[in-house]
Amino acid sequence: MKLKSLFGSLLAGAMSVGAAHAVDITGAGATFPYPIYAKWADAYKKATGVGMNYQSIGSGGGIKQITAKTVDFGASDAPMKGEDLEKNGLIQFPAIMGGVVPVYNLKGVKSGELKLTGALIADIYLGKTKMWNDPAIAKLNPGVALPNQAVSAVNRSDGSGTTFLFTNYLSKVSPEWKSTIGEGTAVKWSTGVGGKGNEGVANYVARIDGSIGYVEYAYAKQNKLSYAQMINKDGQVVAPSDDSFKAAAAGADWNSVPGMGVVLTDQPGKASWPMTGASFILIHKRQEKPEHGREVLRFFEWSFKNGARMADELDYAPIPDAVIKLIQSAWRSQIKDPAGKTLY
Amino acid sequence: MSDTQGSRRLRSAPWADKAFEWLTRIFAFVVFSILLAILVSLVIGSQLTLEKYGFSFIWSADWDPVREKFGALVPIYGTVVTSLIAMLIGVPVSFGIAIFLTELSPSWLKRPLGTAIELLAAIPSIIYGMWGLFVFVPLFQAHLQPAIIDSLGNVPFFGALFAGPPIGIGMLTAGLILSIMVIPFITAVMRDVFEIVPPMLKESAYGLGATTWEVVWRVVLPYTKVGVIGGIMLGLGRALGETMAVTFVIGNAHRLAVSLNAPGNSIASALANEFTEAVGDVYYSALIELGLILFLITTVVLGLSKLLLLRLARHEGAQT
Repeated sequence: MKLKSLFGSLLAGAMSVGAAHAVDITGAGATFPYPIYAKWADAYKKATGVGMNYQSIGSGGGIKQITAKTVDFGASDAPMKGEDLEKNGLIQFPAIMGGVVPVYNLKGVKSGELKLTGALIADIYLGKTKMWNDPAIAKLNPGVALPNQAVSAVNRSDGSGTTFLFTNYLSKVSPEWKSTIGEGTAVKWSTGVGGKGNEGVANYVARIDGSIGYVEYAYAKQNKLSYAQMINKDGQVVAPSDDSFKAAAAGADWNSVPGMGVVLTDQPGKASWPMTGASFILIHKRQEKPEHGREVLRFFEWSFKNGARMADELDYAPIPDAVIKLIQSAWRSQIKDPAGKTLY
Repeated sequence: MSDTQGSRRLRSAPWADKAFEWLTRIFAFVVFSILLAILVSLVIGSQLTLEKYGFSFIWSADWDPVREKFGALVPIYGTVVTSLIAMLIGVPVSFGIAIFLTELSPSWLKRPLGTAIELLAAIPSIIYGMWGLFVFVPLFQAHLQPAIIDSLGNVPFFGALFAGPPIGIGMLTAGLILSIMVIPFITAVMRDVFEIVPPMLKESAYGLGATTWEVVWRVVLPYTKVGVIGGIMLGLGRALGETMAVTFVIGNAHRLAVSLNAPGNSIASALANEFTEAVGDVYYSALIELGLILFLITTVVLGLSKLLLLRLARHEGAQT
């Protein structure tokens, strides 16, 4: 009898220790913010012991997985429309901002030397501008030694929010692009090869001589790819950096679109980067696993408060404080556990 | 084992033989029913596009996720072309290696070479894809491809197959890497069947004055044709379904191009890239129908190989 009660209390003690340990959370979706989410997860685990496992499978995959409730949160660069959020019972908020930059591989042309406009990039990807020494490119780049070489345009073969930002911008600056190809996470490309993920595009551009591609800025930096400067809506030449991303986001009205789904491409402003975008997080309004829901909110609250410096290091732009307050009030009012009690 | 022991065993467990027979019968049926279940679920999953397009799905080259218009021509073409290239290069090379291993090589070389071939077969396909992308493609783009384009690209009619800028990745590269992957499989099977040819048959031919080539072509090959065709079908099956190695180097472009140097797409590669993120029921259904088409292609290929074997068997023993 004595042994049994001892064993029983030991077991109860072990179980209570297990219950006190916080759960690890999982997320899946966009490859665009993967570098910064991974850095935040690493720092968060060191600070609190809670792990966050993020699978960068693409924005489309993230939306699918959170709708199927296989992960605790989904991540997408293309914001979900208000009616889709309502239908699936999801709440959406921006977590980080970054920029899509055009990268290229040209012998003898250094990084930042090449200048491009959105309309020109559209022509390249439509297959209209076929050679690097085309007069349209040469006019924008006097003095740059452009080779007599065919342009190989690299695009994304998988469903991608980076593609959404890219095609959304091209649709705004090129009417021909808008009518023939349109915008979306996966489109019918006229020309070029497709890489899988931001990593795949970066790889192809690094390997194929005379190629051009589009990747999130962190990938261009980490893979030491040459990136191009762009001419923005105000006619100014801008280089990608977290300052130019912040400038683009400065005038945004986050409550103007349901689900805070503001797209930041082609924003006015002297220093604005034309292909800036926010990456969004999707969580269920009704949390069936309240422990997990609480941990997700705690993770993002911690990252908003402590992750700004890490974001700057990787050249992402953190969400401004005023917007964080908006986000937190949305959490407070909309996220509930199965009993109806507010989670945050 | 004495008779009393055996009969004692049967007396204590008379159901053992029957149970074993039933167990193996169940295993066989399970395999068959899984095959049927896969076929049925593929058909059900592709219901939407089967109804929407019918047969025109097979010859439409349109792949537009924004406007939800899909067509399987480009992936089917890519699958068939890359597998064809793989077979055209792989089968003669495997044949040569197998003949070398069985007839021509010195006996101290047979075992190490055979082991090396088997090791090649054991390498995971994603390693082939990575090796292809990181090692083969730059070398191919810088040296081999320009040479091919300059020499073969200028041949009048047939040159269009090799025209185009040398970007390194494309259907030709995918076909070449596939051929390297199928060679070990076909070689292993061919070598095994060549080795079991009775020495007496070969020596009678040699005794009558036949050359090595004549022995190989007229004695060894006809004797082993079932195994050889089986080995080729094994290689072809691998080439048709190969996903990771192809998706790294084929370029993933949903466009039909005459040139082999152009990027294309294969069914397995399109599925690997787009399945997890397909948004929308029509997109999803189109991808599942691609899988169904690949299933049917493999079935047809297997059926044709069986027909070929039957026809060859009919000519056995005939006067040449």
